[in-house]
Amino acid sequence: MLRDVWLIATKDLQIEWRSRVTFSQVGPFAGLVLVLFGFALDANRPVLLQATSGLFWVTVMFVSTLAVQRSTSIETTDGARRALLLAGIEPAAVFVGKSIAVAVQLLVVEIVLLAGVVVLYSAHVEAWGLVFATCLVATVGIAAAGTLLGALVAGVRARETVLPILLLPVLAPVLIGATRAFDDALGSVAVDGWSWLGLLAGFGVINVVLGALSYGVLLEET
Amino acid sequence: MVSIVSLQGVVALLGRFPALAGADLEVGESEIVLVQGPNGAGKSTLLRVCAGLLRIEAGWAEVLGHDLVTDRAAVRRSVGLLGHDTALYDDLTVEENLRFWARASRVEDDAVPAALDRLGVAERLRDVSVRNLSAGQRRRTALAAVVVRRPHLWLLDEPHSGLDQSGRDLIDQVILDAAAAGATVMLASHELDRTLDLATRHLTVAGGAITSDERGSRNPGGHDAA
Repeated sequence: MLRDVWLIATKDLQIEWRSRVTFSQVGPFAGLVLVLFGFALDANRPVLLQATSGLFWVTVMFVSTLAVQRSTSIETTDGARRALLLAGIEPAAVFVGKSIAVAVQLLVVEIVLLAGVVVLYSAHVEAWGLVFATCLVATVGIAAAGTLLGALVAGVRARETVLPILLLPVLAPVLIGATRAFDDALGSVAVDGWSWLGLLAGFGVINVVLGALSYGVLLEET
Repeated sequence: MVSIVSLQGVVALLGRFPALAGADLEVGESEIVLVQGPNGAGKSTLLRVCAGLLRIEAGWAEVLGHDLVTDRAAVRRSVGLLGHDTALYDDLTVEENLRFWARASRVEDDAVPAALDRLGVAERLRDVSVRNLSAGQRRRTALAAVVVRRPHLWLLDEPHSGLDQSGRDLIDQVILDAAAAGATVMLASHELDRTLDLATRHLTVAGGAITSDERGSRNPGGHDAA
């Protein structure tokens, strides 16, 4: 199974590297959202600093819908999903491999966004360990939930619009938990950020297990 | 005769529509079976059922010794399906696509150059991104991805579409070679002038059922009956 996970993940990342979609479209989109939030709130600097955590993770949510749509379309555009079934790869391996590829792309975007909030919003990071742990754990949950829902809507005609409608509410616990953890890491609100990691980890575990168990059914039926 | 495909009263649905409505069929080793019929008759559905991709709602079916009612996933690794889609990744090169599908199908990497060579895409197109291929070149590459899997049962849906004359001749030869090597080939086609001479049997599908089954001009194994 690990061999197939590696095969799928490297294939998706190789496709991403060739197409440069994250580099040329998703990354600039994320930066643009960050800049526009800055324009909207810059007149009230304290509010901007207090809202930095939320703005960061809202931007990540927007970016995740693009990354998941891209990941889904790779398999649906020319019937590769059917060929994956015929190849006999374990659906759980496809799910984990695609989730890893999405997670890697999101982590790259998050690093860029982090630099963005430090430079543009003058955010001061007090706990780098908590920042990195939050990004890592939250991204696992986002990638797993996104890949699962991407497969669910793969057969839907208007999947580009249906996916965000389904995905964003599902990611609400991640938005809440990751924002609270970042509030602590950036020193904007006095909360125990590490305790919120539990919620993020729970969300990640549930979605990884759910995806590994149900992805085969979704591949077959959509 | 070793039975490769055996269907009895098979019903398969596309949505709620019975695309196969009680199909009966026996196909043996090394046969080349032409599946003909009007659009929407159920030809593609028949091939997808044989590939284990569609659930059987009623009837009984066995392909390559695997029961399609209870375990249709088991047959998939042994069949090669060329459908209307090419199942190629646009942003990978021709060779990268074939290497991916070879590894996914547990086939050794050294089968890739031979398959590229066999379909005439080795020299100029090996390192070309699939996005930049013509429709015919994509079709050749997609068939190379089937060849690389060395399937026991070939399921080809309109294999000649989009190909030039040399490409069509090449496909015919690949089919004959596969049958000569012991594989079984089922091909759905409207190009009867070309495929009638190629096949050992001619099936006609209409309304989701097999309405005629005639012997062709060729013997199983791809040898000319004459």
